[in-house]
Amino acid sequence: MPVQVRIPSVLRRQTGGDESVQLEGATLGDILDGLEVRYEGLRGKLRGPRGEIRRFVNIYVNDNDARLLDGSTTPVTDGDEVIIIPAVAGG
Amino acid sequence: MSHVQGLKCRECGAEFPVAPRAICEECFGPLEVTYDYDTLGRSFRPDTIADRPRSMWRYRELLPVDGADILGREVGGTPLVRADRLARSLGVDELYVKNDAVNFPTLSFKDRVVSVALTKAREFGMTTVGCASTGNLANAVAAQGVRHGFETCILVPEDLEAAKILGTTVYGARLVGVRGDYDQVNRLCSQIADRFGWGIVNVNLRPFYGEGSKTVGYEIAEQLGWKRPASLVCCMAGGSLLTKIGKAFDELQRLGFVDDRPTRLYGAQARGCNPIVAAVQDGTGEIRPVKARTIARSLAIGNPADGYYAARAIRQSGGWAEDVTDGEIVEGIRLLAATEGIFAETAGGVTVAAARKLVASGRLPRHESIVLVITGNGLKTTDAIAATAPLYPIIEPRLEAFETSFASTADLSSGSALPGVLPSSGLPAPAAPHSSVRTL
Repeated sequence: MPVQVRIPSVLRRQTGGDESVQLEGATLGDILDGLEVRYEGLRGKLRGPRGEIRRFVNIYVNDNDARLLDGSTTPVTDGDEVIIIPAVAGG
Repeated sequence: MSHVQGLKCRECGAEFPVAPRAICEECFGPLEVTYDYDTLGRSFRPDTIADRPRSMWRYRELLPVDGADILGREVGGTPLVRADRLARSLGVDELYVKNDAVNFPTLSFKDRVVSVALTKAREFGMTTVGCASTGNLANAVAAQGVRHGFETCILVPEDLEAAKILGTTVYGARLVGVRGDYDQVNRLCSQIADRFGWGIVNVNLRPFYGEGSKTVGYEIAEQLGWKRPASLVCCMAGGSLLTKIGKAFDELQRLGFVDDRPTRLYGAQARGCNPIVAAVQDGTGEIRPVKARTIARSLAIGNPADGYYAARAIRQSGGWAEDVTDGEIVEGIRLLAATEGIFAETAGGVTVAAARKLVASGRLPRHESIVLVITGNGLKTTDAIAATAPLYPIIEPRLEAFETSFASTADLSSGSALPGVLPSSGLPAPAAPHSSVRTL
């Protein structure tokens, strides 16, 4: 059972309307690599030139902010959920 | 009528037409409303607005609305209070409190942002509005949303203060409590906005919503006689308010309403949720999210969306940022109440306590004007101070009983040189232990 990735509407032009996709990998970085292979238009949107997650992109592995985990090297396993969300204002 | 040019990405500069969108499709950066200041500057002057009603909408040329159908015309126009007693306690010369604890209709600055967001939602033809909230925004969306005939859907952390829950449901708004912290609520709300197409004020209406905060800055400058204060201290959650006050001051300078003496911006957070303070103090300006843990629930945003911009605005202005413990927050609430008769919520306690530390450390100059921005009302967060509330006597309904009681407490109130000014601990002395005493 692979990792489920949820894609926000702001990126669905690049994914041809796909709201979610299943990908395989051992780390979050692998999953993001797989995402960019499948959707060429996502290249450079989520990560900067050195592979770092962009400032205004929030990526959650299951319930946890990847920045509070190990960023791109955070391990993922079958059945995990990766959620990509743009930053949202406070309230 | 409107001087809005469009939406522009703060990161890459990509431009987009006005629509319910908040995020740049190119780089994920936040979108910002842009205005045609050159055209506006030719006709918009202090005397243009001098005779308008005292509300945030007297600055409507600088707000991102198109038509005449304004929702919440009465919002804003809150007092700027000269705070001499608090000034003496802090050891500063010229101090003011911008008191949005008495904003209309729900007693916080969030009434301003919601007024703009709902006006915009109506323009976009939306019929349902909502938000993710730490409480104050929930109250504002509920009251104004219901009043203006919207369906509502408001998401909050399930363990919010009782007054903020009640201050949402009383209006008949649809409230959903979420098992999680604010950052988790926000994430869910973002997914809901994607799925349902509603007007979520802090998600897809965010560029317009945020502009409402600028009116705090316009009002302060006008109330000072079209002058900017030398320093301004503001609490920070997502970091938007402080950033937008800075933008408001910049706009007023550009339009010739104020001179070119800038304001130093100072940001305040709770020690238990201080990612923006950390970014200022460590000099990186980069936000590292935290798990929030503080009694200042309205500031408990561990991953502040505008934190990067707030930290930058603070550094560029020559200001600084400071965090305070939960104990200092309670002291701040009581200090403001006991000196100025203003009962602020926990966020206001953060602002006052941080200002005190900033003055003491020499970061905040004592001999120039200072404005403290108080964003919400203490009646919403009584839980936070109930345990430390001053004791008071309970007596029989007889004159002798009162005289006995009065004699035992009178000594305590005569200890300071200036009546009512706090002893050096910064807090009013509690009443003496008494045979029968009660707290809140």
